[in-house]
Amino acid sequence: MHELAITQGLVDLVLDHAKRAGAKKVLKINVVAGELSGYVDECMQFYYEQLSKGTIAEEARLSFKRIPTQGRCRECNKEFVIADMNWICPDCNSSNVQLVKGMELFVESIEVD
Amino acid sequence: MEIKVLKDVLSANDRIALENRRLLDKKGVLAINVMASPGAGKTSVILQTISGLKNEISVGVIEGDVQSRIDADRIAQENVPVYQINTGGECHLDANMVKRALKEIPLDDIDILFIENIGNLICTAEFKIGTHKNLVIASVPEGHDKPLKYPLMFTVADVILVNKIDLLPYSNFDTQAYRKAVKGLNDKVEVIEISCATGHGIDKWLGWVKKQAKNMDMDK
Repeated sequence: MHELAITQGLVDLVLDHAKRAGAKKVLKINVVAGELSGYVDECMQFYYEQLSKGTIAEEARLSFKRIPTQGRCRECNKEFVIADMNWICPDCNSSNVQLVKGMELFVESIEVD
Repeated sequence: MEIKVLKDVLSANDRIALENRRLLDKKGVLAINVMASPGAGKTSVILQTISGLKNEISVGVIEGDVQSRIDADRIAQENVPVYQINTGGECHLDANMVKRALKEIPLDDIDILFIENIGNLICTAEFKIGTHKNLVIASVPEGHDKPLKYPLMFTVADVILVNKIDLLPYSNFDTQAYRKAVKGLNDKVEVIEISCATGHGIDKWLGWVKKQAKNMDMDK
């Protein structure tokens, strides 16, 4: 259900930027999404088609760039990708790990005519 | 033609959340976002807190539910200002719903505002509403694996209450495994075991609330 509200935010943002640029049509939307941002691509695509109907962005293609979850060890400063929610530093074995990437969900750019 | 956007999908929501925060700061009201699964004990914790802080700190409550006024009616019996939001289907509160609700709460008369979010461990963590602190309430019957299943929620928490701790003898809930999972995600979070049924740990929780309220006073 929350994809509906998130996708509404996406459609508003895209239309706002497209109109300001005087675009006639939005062709593609480049979305950057962290693994932890907690939404489902197919679900967002489905809502996108519904919410963008009748707008200049209704035929736009959604393209997702996934950002893996990344942590930084607070003990030794090692940065590493967190796979399978294993929050342990591979270098020093500490579990004192700060989340640095993986929560983002933003529109990087749009391609318009 | 490519146009750079570089804006968070929820930036419109975040902007309103910031307005809410500024209003709360101006009024000197500490706002706490109360998040949990359905049935973990959000309303019970708020009721315990109101009764524990009586005569010391004035509390107001915004209740978020998909439907009904059941929770708001329970809170209203304590004679504190309460406003019910019904989202009508949305599974989280957003900044705009809270903005409207803040107009219905006498902010000049209260010190702390609890905003009870919808019972849900997923999207409530994603939508900022302007609160200062995030309280997550877990409960023993939910099992100790929840932090690993819903990592974002436990990453954004400032304090976690493990409620229904009196049910420990009837459950295989492993408190050490739970703490380890939580600390892995979020080393700054405070974890307090409580029981709204027996009162276990409630003093410690009230101590945390009073400390935050005091810090807020010093920032005024």
